[in-house]
Amino acid sequence: MSRFEYVLGLGDDALIAAQRLAQWCAAAPEMEEDVALANIALDQLGAARLLLSYAGELEGAGRDEDALAYLRDDGEFRNCLLVELPDRHDFGIAMAKLLFLSAYQKLLYDALADAPDERLAEIAANARKESAYHLDHSTQWTLRLGDGTEESHRRMQAAVDEVWPYTHELFAGDEDALVDHAGLRPAWLSIVEPVLAEATLQRPADGWAPAGGRSGRHTEHLSYLLAEMQVLHRAHPGAVW
Amino acid sequence: MSGDGVVEVPGRRGLLDEVEAAEADLRAAAEARPVADQSDLTAYFAAVIAADQKVEPRDWMPEAYRKGLIRQIAQHAHSEIIGMQPEGNWITRAPSLKRKAILLAKVQDEAGHGLYLYAAAETLGVSRDELVDLLLQGRQKYSSIFNYPTLTWADVGAIGWLVDGAAIVNQVPLCRCSYGPYARAMIRICKEESFHQRQGYEILYTLANGTPAQRAMAQDAVNRWWYPSLAMFGPPDRESTHSEQSMAWKIKRFSNDELRQRFVDMCVPQAEVLGLSLPDPALRWNEQRGSYDFTPPDFDELFRVIAGDGPCNRQRMAHRRRAHAEGAWVREAAAAYAAKHRSSDAG
Repeated sequence: MSRFEYVLGLGDDALIAAQRLAQWCAAAPEMEEDVALANIALDQLGAARLLLSYAGELEGAGRDEDALAYLRDDGEFRNCLLVELPDRHDFGIAMAKLLFLSAYQKLLYDALADAPDERLAEIAANARKESAYHLDHSTQWTLRLGDGTEESHRRMQAAVDEVWPYTHELFAGDEDALVDHAGLRPAWLSIVEPVLAEATLQRPADGWAPAGGRSGRHTEHLSYLLAEMQVLHRAHPGAVW
Repeated sequence: MSGDGVVEVPGRRGLLDEVEAAEADLRAAAEARPVADQSDLTAYFAAVIAADQKVEPRDWMPEAYRKGLIRQIAQHAHSEIIGMQPEGNWITRAPSLKRKAILLAKVQDEAGHGLYLYAAAETLGVSRDELVDLLLQGRQKYSSIFNYPTLTWADVGAIGWLVDGAAIVNQVPLCRCSYGPYARAMIRICKEESFHQRQGYEILYTLANGTPAQRAMAQDAVNRWWYPSLAMFGPPDRESTHSEQSMAWKIKRFSNDELRQRFVDMCVPQAEVLGLSLPDPALRWNEQRGSYDFTPPDFDELFRVIAGDGPCNRQRMAHRRRAHAEGAWVREAAAAYAAKHRSSDAG
């Protein structure tokens, strides 16, 4: 995997996460959460724009953030499967996804902040502060839902079980990556496992480990997400917005 | 790609100056409370109003003043919350990442305004939950403008320019409203709305100077939003039910028709800069009045929309009720968790 593709993957993670979070706008369980989810979506979108712009420069083919976001098909996206999973039907799924993603992004950005790539280090140094907030927010909700009512416990456990298999892909090894992703998993577990335990939730067993996002093989969901995201931009080729 | 030109909205600065003047007067008023005899509550209240001082939550106030304010502030808060829907409709399809970020931040501001206004209403002795219930039961209203659909991206620009523009013209005088918490909320909200209006104007400017299809999209949006925006100022003065008492209590300071005229006079030069036309063949400068003559909005349509038969009334309410119902298990969990941890902390 080239440096371009690696940075593209990071940018796509943030972009697709932002798009899913934005779908919650005006639909959150309480008004404060509408504000919070929009905030987190804005953070992810901000990181995505910096990462995609940098990826475009690395590629050197003249593609800017919008060319990369709007004019690629699903097979050209390099995001992990976790972020593309639909969650608008279930706040528990949204929070389980955010917990697992933000713990990963926090560790990854921490490591990248010291990586021998100045541009990426600078982006990561800013993004990790935001990831820390996302992690705190999703931790609080995991505790409330896991240790709330009987119904919320049941639903949060189901959400954790459903999402857990997709976390393996985050730690898939890549020899050319700036960071040893496989090496992040113990630290990730040491963040996530105590949260699940305090929330009285079972940590799911490891087993099925769906993957493919990093090489462009996605779930059925991504194409729909992109169809919505790209429809207007693609209908007016070359237009300035 | 996004348009990077910074476009100024003609007339915007004057409104912001008024907001800042109101803010300065508010501070001065806080330092100069009248030291009148407080044994006669009615006389004291009248003296506070007459001296352009602010009524504060701890003060006695006539029951009708309190009720009227609750109705008005709640309607305003509901409008912010329901108003997230028509614009939120375009967040996932925004045509550039920059525009997506700006729109997301704008809709987030609206949620923030809603929270801020509910908090202002709560100072009058009513809870947010009660007000939300009244909205969901259809017993309190929100601004009728949000019952119109956003059919194209240009509608996001037209809402910013015309709807936020009309809201600001309505709200700038409220920065001088006699009830302190509402006046303070309006100062903050007007500043942010003015920023939103500029963003919407810039979207339309970019479209109007874009491809023929973009230009047509912009003109179509202005054609559809112009009259509903004029209707935002309410029924004509001769039919307005709440106005007289509101004026006497210095909640309201200008009549519906005065504010509507002010809005039209501001929009005409703004439309000229955009190079878009306003859909009113009767629009022309009246030298004698020093204002534009214009065709009033269809007030029968306004009353039909208020009564519930606008294009999106059912959809907006169904969405709000569904979000509320689907979030119930989450709110219950949060309450149960808080109660557990309160009792375990205490034990």
